[in-house]
Amino acid sequence: MNKYIIAAALSLLSVSTFVSTTSYAQANISPAAKQSQAIAITGATIHIGNGTVIENGTLVFDKGKIVSVSAGGGAQSGATEIKANGKHIYPGFIAPITNLGLTEFESVKATLDFNEIGNMNPHIRSLVAYNTDSKVPATLRSNGVLMAQITPQGGTIAGSSSVVQLDAWNWEDAALRADDAMHINWPAIPRSRFGRSTMSEEAMRERRDAALSELEAFFAESKAYAEGKPSVTNPRLAAMKHVFDGTEKLFITADNQKDIVAAVNFAKKHKITPVLVGGDEAHLITDFLKENNITVVVKQPHALPNSVDDDVNMPYKNAAVLANAGVPIVISIDGYWQQRNLPFMAGTVAAWGLDKEKALQAITLNTARALGIDKTAGSLEVGKDATLFISTGDALDMKTINVEQAFIQGRNISLDNLHKQLNKKFSEKYGLKVN
Amino acid sequence: MKKILLTLTLVFSASMLFAQQSYPVNGTFDNRPGLFAFTNANIVVSANKTISNGTLLVKGQTIEAVGTGTTVPKGYVVIDLKGKYIYPSLIDAFSSYGVTEPARPTGGFGGRQSIFVSTKKGAYNWNEAIRPETEVRAIFGNDDKKAEELRKIGFGSVNVVNRDGIVRGTSAAVTLSNERENQNIIKGETAANFSFNKGTSKNDYPTSLMGSIALLRQTYYDGEWYGKQQQEYNISLDAFNRQQTLPQIFEVDGWQNILRADKIGKTFGKQYIFKSSGDEYQRIPAIKATGASLIIPIAFTKAFEVEDPAEARNITLTQMKDWELSPTNPAALEKAGIRFAITTTGLEQVRDFWTNLRTAIENGLSEKQALLSTTEIPATMLGISDKVGTLDKGKLANFLITSDKLFNSSNIVFENWVQGKRFVVNRINTTDLRGTYSLNIDGQSPLVLKIAGTGSGNSATIQRSATDSTKINSSFNRNGDWVSMSFSLKNPASEVRLSGYVTNENPLTFKGESVVSNGKSGRWTATFTAANKEEPKKESPKQLAENGTLIYPFTSFGLATAPVQESVLLRNATVWTNEKDGILQNADVLLENGKIKAVGKGLAAGSAKVIDATGKHITPGIIDEHSHIAITGGVNEGAQSNSAEVRVADVVNPEDVNIYRQLAGGVTTSHLLHGSANPIGGQSQLIKLRWGKNAEELKFAGSDGFIKFALGENVKQSNFGSGMRFPVTRMGVEQVFVDDFTRAKEYKKALAAKGSNTRRDLELDALVEILDNQRFITCHSYVQSEINMLIHVADSLGFKINTFTHILEGYKVADKMKAHGIAASTFSDWWAYKMEVAEAIPYNGAIMHNVGITTAFNSDDAEMARRLNQEAGKAVLYGGLPEEEALKLVTLNPARMLHIDSKVGSLKPGKDADVVVWSANPLSIYAKAERTFVDGVAYWDMERDEKVRADQQTEKARIIKKMLDSKNKGGRTQRPAAPAQRIYNCETMEEYAAEYNTLERSHSHE
Repeated sequence: MNKYIIAAALSLLSVSTFVSTTSYAQANISPAAKQSQAIAITGATIHIGNGTVIENGTLVFDKGKIVSVSAGGGAQSGATEIKANGKHIYPGFIAPITNLGLTEFESVKATLDFNEIGNMNPHIRSLVAYNTDSKVPATLRSNGVLMAQITPQGGTIAGSSSVVQLDAWNWEDAALRADDAMHINWPAIPRSRFGRSTMSEEAMRERRDAALSELEAFFAESKAYAEGKPSVTNPRLAAMKHVFDGTEKLFITADNQKDIVAAVNFAKKHKITPVLVGGDEAHLITDFLKENNITVVVKQPHALPNSVDDDVNMPYKNAAVLANAGVPIVISIDGYWQQRNLPFMAGTVAAWGLDKEKALQAITLNTARALGIDKTAGSLEVGKDATLFISTGDALDMKTINVEQAFIQGRNISLDNLHKQLNKKFSEKYGLKVN
Repeated sequence: MKKILLTLTLVFSASMLFAQQSYPVNGTFDNRPGLFAFTNANIVVSANKTISNGTLLVKGQTIEAVGTGTTVPKGYVVIDLKGKYIYPSLIDAFSSYGVTEPARPTGGFGGRQSIFVSTKKGAYNWNEAIRPETEVRAIFGNDDKKAEELRKIGFGSVNVVNRDGIVRGTSAAVTLSNERENQNIIKGETAANFSFNKGTSKNDYPTSLMGSIALLRQTYYDGEWYGKQQQEYNISLDAFNRQQTLPQIFEVDGWQNILRADKIGKTFGKQYIFKSSGDEYQRIPAIKATGASLIIPIAFTKAFEVEDPAEARNITLTQMKDWELSPTNPAALEKAGIRFAITTTGLEQVRDFWTNLRTAIENGLSEKQALLSTTEIPATMLGISDKVGTLDKGKLANFLITSDKLFNSSNIVFENWVQGKRFVVNRINTTDLRGTYSLNIDGQSPLVLKIAGTGSGNSATIQRSATDSTKINSSFNRNGDWVSMSFSLKNPASEVRLSGYVTNENPLTFKGESVVSNGKSGRWTATFTAANKEEPKKESPKQLAENGTLIYPFTSFGLATAPVQESVLLRNATVWTNEKDGILQNADVLLENGKIKAVGKGLAAGSAKVIDATGKHITPGIIDEHSHIAITGGVNEGAQSNSAEVRVADVVNPEDVNIYRQLAGGVTTSHLLHGSANPIGGQSQLIKLRWGKNAEELKFAGSDGFIKFALGENVKQSNFGSGMRFPVTRMGVEQVFVDDFTRAKEYKKALAAKGSNTRRDLELDALVEILDNQRFITCHSYVQSEINMLIHVADSLGFKINTFTHILEGYKVADKMKAHGIAASTFSDWWAYKMEVAEAIPYNGAIMHNVGITTAFNSDDAEMARRLNQEAGKAVLYGGLPEEEALKLVTLNPARMLHIDSKVGSLKPGKDADVVVWSANPLSIYAKAERTFVDGVAYWDMERDEKVRADQQTEKARIIKKMLDSKNKGGRTQRPAAPAQRIYNCETMEEYAAEYNTLERSHSHE
């Protein structure tokens, strides 16, 4: 979908004049109330999210937290029973690195709130722009995506992301972890998209080197700023504080193997273990990544190979190659409305070489760890949030996924959305049965 | 002023042999006889005739006689060329010499300025890229510096082309003399010139290669019409018509464009001569079949720097193989009997000419062909063989005096005579100093001096004695009869500097002053003792370079031998027939002669190869109704609101790796569409993914023609473009259709009228085909209002809409579409990427299907097309379609809407053997295409693919090693940079001309 973003960026001025009125149907869906009674889901195949599965198990949650997870089991006294024989329970899927809620229509400038002007923007925070009234999140919940890392884009330092749950009245409600990570785009020589670049290799190299120097200087100054008592107030420098004290993670986007090594070594110098985003060539340096304990957020497997010469199925296989080499991976997909296809990204990785439960882990527990929310989310373990859903079939496969019920922190959320409403409206017009 | 300078430069330059008759002279005339006799030479009169010990007589600017035993009449300056050679000077059939190279705009995004017609003042063509009125003879001016460069490497005349525009006007043949242009132009109009590059034209149109092709085609029709009409005066068309009898030279980039241009030529009865880019070796038979002569460059790809494996990864197999094989291009053409001339155009530096030509010879080009291609062939091509190309009597005295055979690496060009005028490149009359000498220096023991090297000696070594094997290199300088040397002796160590002169010719003796490192000066002498022994020739018959094999296509996953059509029995699978049998369990499918022979249980294999497909699923091949792969030079001709004249058929690119990638996703047929930049787009092309075949062979034979229409934001240019082109509202979009179809009806009537002299209009032709149900519409569309609108326009103007594509609000007007029998080709679940998809829903496909519309899912995306089976699976998720019906969304239903369901789309005996074997239920995320057959040929085979990739790695490793060797031997290199992958979708608006310019720039820098 990037193409639309580019088109939009080129026509920012011309578009902005006629976007003020929209007349699409309002999806009238309210966030669910707090869990009022314990619930026991029985007879289900429970996918824990850490690689293990419990067949015919029972999962009990109360006051928004998971109370027990066990094989066998059955109805619990004082708990509403949901019989889920033959069905599956999954931890809510987590969409990493998305501009969900920061944009509504990619080509309409007025709806674009994810890319701020400026190159060093650590003070930019996505959370405050996250729109809980967007029509998009409800369409994701229907496919089990219940949490997301709302992430700003652009520049060398894009700013801080926050992790939200997708059933909220406002962004404060939504926040699971505010300012979970700072996002850096590692300065690199870009691959040309349209034919040969008109810029010379040398010029691009110089520009890259200048950007690297700028980044290094910025880190050095913001570190000094954090350690000392600064004589002037600088919100940009100040925003870096938690990156150095470890309460905010550092995500770095880099693809080329040389850039990855440079980026990781850079972070190491500042005693930071970064999360690598992208990593097209990460499979070439798995030993390096393991030595440095690097988690990789892999690009969506539904992509074209980077090079004409690459194995045509390389994008499908890439995540499994990394994971099977022992590198922790997180599976992602580009965009925001596209996040409803996140489960199928994991399905693809499973189809092309990774154990199915490990693929699942890469959109649940691994993601929670990378985002720093694994104490409360990411797996179906006692004490964690009851953020989960029931599907009648394998949720990683579009042929079988069918989310019947979903819970966020124990709240039984609505699975209705704009699309279902329009489906109903027009099916009824034609006298069709609503599917 | 000029003349004064000239008299100072060279002894002979003042000769003014044959002053321009019509020009006055300031001062007294200095007309000279210009009579020269070259005797005792080896005269290569032509590639087929060499005279030893011959005489060449020159009178003025022409050759008076050539032969043996000629008596030299009195009054001739006699030049003895014993042991030397005379060759016809070389001719370059394609050069920019003497004209200013047009500045090539860099262009890129946003380059369009909404300039719809010519900005040129005067009665010229509507489009500035059509500029046949340009005459090189009127703009040519000598360029002394360039002329000297070209003369140095042996050229005497060139054909000057103004490389600007699609129809470029006439070229002129000129000599490289420095006389007035009046004398140098030997033919004012040699050829009419063409290209696909609109050059400096400021007009938006054309933005694409298919637009360039359409414009050229229309220009031929305009020319025909112009000759028959009286209403319009048009200088361009007038010139165009006048130039039809000249040779026609077409500059193209890449062998595919040779075939494209040749098709145009054949349509209009023209045989073009192609100025090519040197990659013809990749498809020799196709080039041969055009019957065209070529003008080829010898600018071979430089080796890449491959020391760093991380960088070397960026070099593609194509780039590597091209580096290895491009020097074989001339030899391959020669072997195939294709007539070609060789040009210097494209060389990074003109002085690389000989290095590269010799490289071509090392790679199999014969010396005879090399001479023909630089003399007689270009002369004949340009119609100047009565003047240049051979040394026959009566022709211009354009010849070279050389030390050796022209193609020997030790050869030296001494003199280059142009029109009887002498240009000295290297001086002839210097004594050959090469040999062994006894060297005596005051205060030193006797030494042995050896002078060797090329020419008359240009290097020296010193030895202690004739038997001493230790050689000391000495610097060696020579200026006429003066020589100087300096060297370091050891045991005892001493720096020696010598300078001196020839005192005696027989035996050769030097005398002079010596200075040694202690500052003591003295005298030295050297006396010739023996000639140098013939060193064993390093150049002795070189083995032809060992090269890799050609692959088809010339890219990754290309194969040296094409996979063959086999009889195959696929046994014991789940078979999705898409016929009334539905899904068969444990069934077989038999493929024979490219067709499905039988489907059922327990089929007899007969002679067929049996493939056990237990546990697998077999389906018909996937058909993508909306694709933009395998297209070259842009998918949008978006400069006008109607571009019905452009044809994707003209720009099919069989070398696009996405063909192979999509075979790996089970796709067998793709409908290649024009983009959606304008309401009436271009004509589309249906192809089968026959990987390795050429463009024509990819085309789906016998299929109906389609055309792309579009509505909504893209045609309004809401999200790109200048927003200056009509229309910018959905209201205006309606009127484009009304206007165009109204004109088309009138046009149709006018054509039908008796004795009609109506101008043939390719744009309206396509609309007439629609009105006549000969061409069918697939219309890009989103919101219900515009869908409804087009249905009404079609009803009122009497045409039919075959398919609405994208049609994401089709669910809102499904009843209307159904009533009109319009098919729908949509996305499974896309939405929110722009305003007009605010209410796009994933249930759209299911609703339309359930209403009774023939519904398909398409890709419009090179990536998604690789997994359309899974997109079909989403119709199960959203809308609960039965699995069998879901699969039809990407197989039988698109076949129906493309009118090819009698041939493909289901597994029925007699239909084409376009079949996929899947590892699992094809609607599942876990399904992989293991084998994809098109016409019974397994173009995709997962196991074979693994082997192909391994072989490619080996091949790349071999070439990398060769590149390293080449670099170590001093070959030139370049930094690795992979070519960008070009991925098109509906909205790709790229300026083809700008890209073309970038490409040409990069070629001229390689």
